[in-house]
Amino acid sequence: MPALTSTAGTRQVPLGRYAYLTFCALVFLFLVAPILVIVPLSFNAEPYFTFTEGMLRFDAEAYSLRWYREIVENEEWRRSLVNSLTIGISATALATVLGTLAALGLANAHMPARRLVTGLLISPMVTPVIIAAAGMFFFYSSIGLGQTHLGLILAHTALGIPFVVITVTATLAGFDRNLTRAAASLGAGPVRTFGKVQLPLIAPGVLSGGLFAFATSFDEVVVVLFMAGVEQRTIPRQMWAGIREQISPAILAVATFLIGFAVLLLFAVEWLRRRNASAP
Amino acid sequence: MQRERVRAMLLVVPLLLFIGVTFLAPLGMMLLRSVHDPVVADALPETLGVLAEWDGEGLPPEAAYAAIARELTLAREERTLGQVAGRVNRVESGMRSLFTRTARGLPDVTAGPWRDVMVELDEAWAQPAVWNAVRATGQRFTARHYLNAVDMQRLPDGSVARQPEERRIYLALMWRTLWVSGAITLLCLMLGYPIAHLIAHSPPRRANLLLLLVLVPFWTSLLVRTTAWIVLLQTQGVLNDILVAIGLIGDDGRLTMIYNMTGTIVAMTHVLLPFMVLPLYSVMRAIPPRYMDAAASLGATPIQAFRRVYWPQTLPGVGAGSLLVFILAIGYYITPALVGGSSGQLISNMVAYHMQTSLNWGLAGALGGIMLAGVFVLYVLYDRLVGIERLSLS
Repeated sequence: MPALTSTAGTRQVPLGRYAYLTFCALVFLFLVAPILVIVPLSFNAEPYFTFTEGMLRFDAEAYSLRWYREIVENEEWRRSLVNSLTIGISATALATVLGTLAALGLANAHMPARRLVTGLLISPMVTPVIIAAAGMFFFYSSIGLGQTHLGLILAHTALGIPFVVITVTATLAGFDRNLTRAAASLGAGPVRTFGKVQLPLIAPGVLSGGLFAFATSFDEVVVVLFMAGVEQRTIPRQMWAGIREQISPAILAVATFLIGFAVLLLFAVEWLRRRNASAP
Repeated sequence: MQRERVRAMLLVVPLLLFIGVTFLAPLGMMLLRSVHDPVVADALPETLGVLAEWDGEGLPPEAAYAAIARELTLAREERTLGQVAGRVNRVESGMRSLFTRTARGLPDVTAGPWRDVMVELDEAWAQPAVWNAVRATGQRFTARHYLNAVDMQRLPDGSVARQPEERRIYLALMWRTLWVSGAITLLCLMLGYPIAHLIAHSPPRRANLLLLLVLVPFWTSLLVRTTAWIVLLQTQGVLNDILVAIGLIGDDGRLTMIYNMTGTIVAMTHVLLPFMVLPLYSVMRAIPPRYMDAAASLGATPIQAFRRVYWPQTLPGVGAGSLLVFILAIGYYITPALVGGSSGQLISNMVAYHMQTSLNWGLAGALGGIMLAGVFVLYVLYDRLVGIERLSLS
């Protein structure tokens, strides 16, 4: 009897396993399909959004860099890149400094009302962004910061802060408090202890929090839609206009550039995470 | 002790203040707008003073006509008439033109009795409904927008009733948002569970590679992914081309997969899938394979072992992932706006519509307030079940 069930089992299991693997493969295909489509189509020599016969025959003529040339030469795209970088970098710097300080405070065992404060600091991440954007539109206009770079920087800082708080808090959870005590017993003041002992050890967490904040700002479009004038248009805002108004394959060229950028960010964060994990 | 406490607070306070000013204050302002609307009250103070004494039946006294004649003329001179008329128009249609027409005719008249003058200018002034609308919009603090947001209205006699059939749209839209978010959560779970399992129980090198396939889309710009779904799903798009090429459909039978609810669901499932896979993966990775071996050696079939041993241990991941996906789905705006067409719009899109197109900011605030309350409940639930500080994304 046992022998019988076991043969039945071996016949059943592979079949189920193949079904499972095929299903997984299809899900992975679903996940990467958009990227697989965008990158080759951005080299389309024709203004179409689908593969031409020439492309399928791998005809060199069917591919071109014309859409890349178009975005490089286009004044609006160039300005949107400058805006995205200015706003993104400023917001990231602000979010990283404020967020790291707050995470240090939250990690302190004597911090009162920690749960409530953490909840408030993380709320921008779960609040539907349309509500935040609508409120920011009223608020920033009323204090004279509507349609300004400063207004957008402040707004994006708020949206990026939860990521810094979360990653730095997580890093600090693994931090050995005895190290700061040792530094203090050797006569280092709190500032010196932080700069020489704590900061170098939590730096990977701080940096990856910063990268998350930057990615958030770099990809943010709803707040920009409500708050930015023509002068403050960022790359996502420009893409939004492109999708809604005159959809041209130039968008696919920008998209390919953004995919490359995302991969860079991802590798940077993964590298930092590993460094953090291998830290003593 | 006390010093440590002060030090911790000093570190946190700058950020708390910053979030308070840059984020919480704007949210508060939005919510305030949903209950507070001073435009009519500021423009027609005298009229409203007289109407406060009026019983709401028959016509108001001559004093009300005299006051509104004076105040409408003033509002026209100060260019606030459009705003005032627009507010009243939301309660009683036809008011916008009535107000502007009357205000235009008034300067030609020099003396009363004002009731006759105004009824002469427009007969509508002899209807109590007009006056009730003025009185209703004259309240500085009002529940009107919230009533409106749940398809209710306040009748002239002060009672609350449902909107007429053809004006009931928001409750249906809220239900749609909830069921679409639920469907997307379920889809994400069905697609995400197997691949999280595969990644969690693969050898390290392969696991890293597979994880990359989840993380690259996760880090890729939302607009890029939405654009990609347009390219893939549109009628002249890649997927339809493939289906035609392999002869599954005819060239004239191309499928409409985008600019409708299908587009919204497909694109949103794609965007939110990593938020399901990552928490599942981190929970599954911690489950020792020994447990399943033990179950099998005790005679459990694979299905039994999964159901009784594996699945219960992954429940924290299932809960965390599902709640997160559901919370994010409820507030989604960009994807439905770009690929949803008219049938794939969610509640966020209605907030945007009232913000940007109809300029009914009070109603936008009320819809936002209801949404915010829903998300807040789920957020607290998430905190109880998972802990917000574990809302980690890498």
